[in-house]
Amino acid sequence: MERLKTILCGIPLDNPVIPASGSFGFGREFAELYDINILGTFSFKGTTRQSRFGNPTPRIAECAAGMLNAVGLQNPGVDAVIAEELPRMKAYFHKPVMANVSGFSVAEYAETCAMLDREEQVGWLEVNVSCPNVHGGGMSFGTDPEAAFEVTRAVKAVTKKPVIVKLSPNVTDIVSIAKACEDAGADGISLINTLLGMRIDLRTRRPVLANRMGGFSGPAVFPVALRMVYQVAGAVSIPVVGMGGVSSAEDVIEMMMAGAVAVEVGAANLVDPFACKKIIEDLPGTMDRLGISTLREIIGAARVS
Amino acid sequence: MKRSVFSVIRNEALTETVFRMVLRGDTSAITAPGQFVNIALDGLYLRRPVSVCDLEGDTLTLLYKVVGQGTARMARTAPGERLDLLTGLGNGYDLSKSGDKPLLLGGGVGVPPLYLLARRLIAQGKSVTAVLGFNTKSEVFYEAEFRALGAAVTIATADGSYGKKGFVTDALPEGYSYFYTCGPEPMLRAVYRAAGTDGQFSFEERMGCGFGACMGCSCKTVTGYKRICRDGPVLEQGEILWND
Repeated sequence: MERLKTILCGIPLDNPVIPASGSFGFGREFAELYDINILGTFSFKGTTRQSRFGNPTPRIAECAAGMLNAVGLQNPGVDAVIAEELPRMKAYFHKPVMANVSGFSVAEYAETCAMLDREEQVGWLEVNVSCPNVHGGGMSFGTDPEAAFEVTRAVKAVTKKPVIVKLSPNVTDIVSIAKACEDAGADGISLINTLLGMRIDLRTRRPVLANRMGGFSGPAVFPVALRMVYQVAGAVSIPVVGMGGVSSAEDVIEMMMAGAVAVEVGAANLVDPFACKKIIEDLPGTMDRLGISTLREIIGAARVS
Repeated sequence: MKRSVFSVIRNEALTETVFRMVLRGDTSAITAPGQFVNIALDGLYLRRPVSVCDLEGDTLTLLYKVVGQGTARMARTAPGERLDLLTGLGNGYDLSKSGDKPLLLGGGVGVPPLYLLARRLIAQGKSVTAVLGFNTKSEVFYEAEFRALGAAVTIATADGSYGKKGFVTDALPEGYSYFYTCGPEPMLRAVYRAAGTDGQFSFEERMGCGFGACMGCSCKTVTGYKRICRDGPVLEQGEILWND
């Protein structure tokens, strides 16, 4: 449908809806339920150079209108992603996929990205400098403009694919981080990753999560995410992908009005495996009600004074 | 896996904290005893996983213990209410390994999934023995139901107020061919040490999605990382690695 189309870093999308990394695995569980080729694309499970088990369990906690996770980047490692997951994915997903990459050093980010750069199925590299659940990596690159600059520059040097840097909200000035990424050559910015949070079990008097703290996501974080998308979209000239608590067609439209050219959906996939399908199906009717003829026309609409 | 809406037919207390909910809906995705459903509840963000206790046509029976917000909300559910369920989750027990005289070992709220397992094994002509453990007499449930299926039943209570005094491992019978167990982790560890045959263990873990997408409930096994919700909840004895 023409009116849902958008463009992300030069690659056309049938619609702006993108399941977020960590909520969709490599798509297989969802492809058993519906044809996931209806999606704009999806961002696959955060991949590191080496395979990782992640954190001990419990890794999941709940809160009002949301959840916390401390999975800790469990993934099979980039070699297995290339040797097994991508070939398997060919059977059920036929669009360019977004490869989400994380690391523990600048060199590791670059090495993993260089390997994924050679994969035809990969459309974009989404560089996660914002995982709150690993020590000595992840978020530490996304909370300092200089570190974010270094990672972005190193990745840009090894790939011709568009590089989208995924930012952490756990900073005082997200605009300065976004600008550092843009200065280093990033082709796009995605935000927000989860907010660092925690819960305590009242009976045991211990943190619910084995990792003590974890990433807070779900509808409760939507206004924070929207605010940051609005701020960043107003400060950079590269495309912005909005995410954080998006659960409905209305939320997608709101994110786009704040300046997002595409929208990722995370936690909603876990409570309703059909969430993205429903959002895509609901978009045309919601647009009709709001007098929107194409999504392209509303990108950044809230920014116009 | 299927997502569908079920109607609550009955919801009643069996003990002070254990309830039975009977629902009607599309059960076609449920293929094995030991599988679970994941229930969406008003006002709570994450679904609640509950094991399948019994299944007959379109009628689904769930037993659950009230331990937190989700199960408290379930206990307040009235007949006629409709609930959104993901069904057919998890691998379930493999009945093909049972031999002729399978032993079922259940502890507390680990007892429910063994009920459908017992029913299916007995339907295959197996001679089923069930040893069911509880803390105390007032917490015992489903003794009569297991007997009515034709299982030989031993009850163990930790305080000795009913049946044999002790844990299920203090009441192991002689001469069983294989075992299936579900219960709290200390019990599963004790069964692992005490059992005289091979068997299958059903594990519990806090879950995000319940269908294998989020990696929230992963564990390490002899054969690699597994997701309790998708590759489990049932693991074979030979693949278990305990976290110490």
